[in-house]
Amino acid sequence: MADIYLEIVTPERVVVGEQAQTVTAPGSEGEFGVLPGHTPFLTSLQVGSLRYKDASGAERCVFVSKGFAEVLPDRVTVLAQSGERRSDIDIERARQAMKRAQERLESGAPDVDFERAKAALLRAQHRLSLAESRAAARMSS
Amino acid sequence: MPSLKDVKAKIGGVKKTRQITKAMNMVAASRLRGAQLRSDAFRPYADKFSEVLASLAARAGDDVSPLFVPRNEVKTVNVVLCTSDRGLCGGFNANLIEMAEDFAAEKEDAGIGVKFTNFGKKGRDWARKNGFERVEEHLGVIGTRFPYTVAADAGQKLIDGFLDGRWDEVWVIYSRFVSVAKQPATLRQVLPVPPIEAAEEEKADAGEFLAEHLCEPSVEALMAELLPMSVYIQVYRALLETSTAEHAARMQAMDNATKACNDMLDELTLAYNKARQAAITKELMDIVGGAEALKG
Repeated sequence: MADIYLEIVTPERVVVGEQAQTVTAPGSEGEFGVLPGHTPFLTSLQVGSLRYKDASGAERCVFVSKGFAEVLPDRVTVLAQSGERRSDIDIERARQAMKRAQERLESGAPDVDFERAKAALLRAQHRLSLAESRAAARMSS
Repeated sequence: MPSLKDVKAKIGGVKKTRQITKAMNMVAASRLRGAQLRSDAFRPYADKFSEVLASLAARAGDDVSPLFVPRNEVKTVNVVLCTSDRGLCGGFNANLIEMAEDFAAEKEDAGIGVKFTNFGKKGRDWARKNGFERVEEHLGVIGTRFPYTVAADAGQKLIDGFLDGRWDEVWVIYSRFVSVAKQPATLRQVLPVPPIEAAEEEKADAGEFLAEHLCEPSVEALMAELLPMSVYIQVYRALLETSTAEHAARMQAMDNATKACNDMLDELTLAYNKARQAAITKELMDIVGGAEALKG
């Protein structure tokens, strides 16, 4: 079976660049799956996790936020403002970010940028839940 | 003729200075490498992004976003001035500030207010001294390994102010990194976003290729989401390039300083040897003179 070349790029580095069998990504209009030979399309992405099966068939997870994806029959390119593989998520940092965001939301101070705090909270929650699923996966194996 | 001791002390001093300039040169060289790696890491993202943006722009037209629309009357411009925090980098900051000075003078002559968003202490100090209104200042960014979010946050603020009408244009002055020896100051308009045009051949390629794409949610909605990001990218690129250029400029300046130290050392050593020789000759003369006198 032909493979898809999956590329996830952030301004700071190339997070993923490898062959994948299937890709599932959190599109802004809902999650979508990509198999080789997909119709070309372009979509923005939600904050969330992108899953793919690598060449050996292992399931991999990558956190992405503020991005968009270009899908071609034989390749998927994701441009995201931030992104990291599940194994690279810094749990401590995410926890702190979540705490900060929560405090800001609860403080109700007038200078709090509500939208941004909410977005930060969402990102931290997604990172954490992804990291927890990693721990669970390790336990079971 | 300076005394032997004076010359020796001076030689010691110049040697110490040379040690420092040499060390700074090496530090700048290693930071330059780091900064170049970061620029390289950014390129795939930037290239792909501009490709997608160009093809979307070709399909969506220019009237989809308020960020495209030039103001009929420009009352205030916001200039993002990128300089370094620290000196000892030759004419690097002077070039940037000179450009800012010319630009501000030109705008003010036309009756347009000028505000500054400062990245870097040198430019901040200059703007403060000259009594310009400063919107924001960011120190400790240029020349460090700053995260992308710094550029994204600053970019968002530029956009917010533009949409609120606090300013009608945004320009950025930064140092373009051409080579280790060349970092010209560069002026670029960021808002309103200049019409996006891909390079001709690229347009033919990308246009045909992407024309088949389905877009979700829609071309216009995607465009609205991508445009702010393109502003962030511009800011990030300006910051990255200025950082790279700063290290390159410092490396050059320190290299020149080290060379000047070497020249000075050569001269001083010559002067020292001459003085030493003169002292020996004088002593010999004394001895010979004394012996002659004894012979009577």
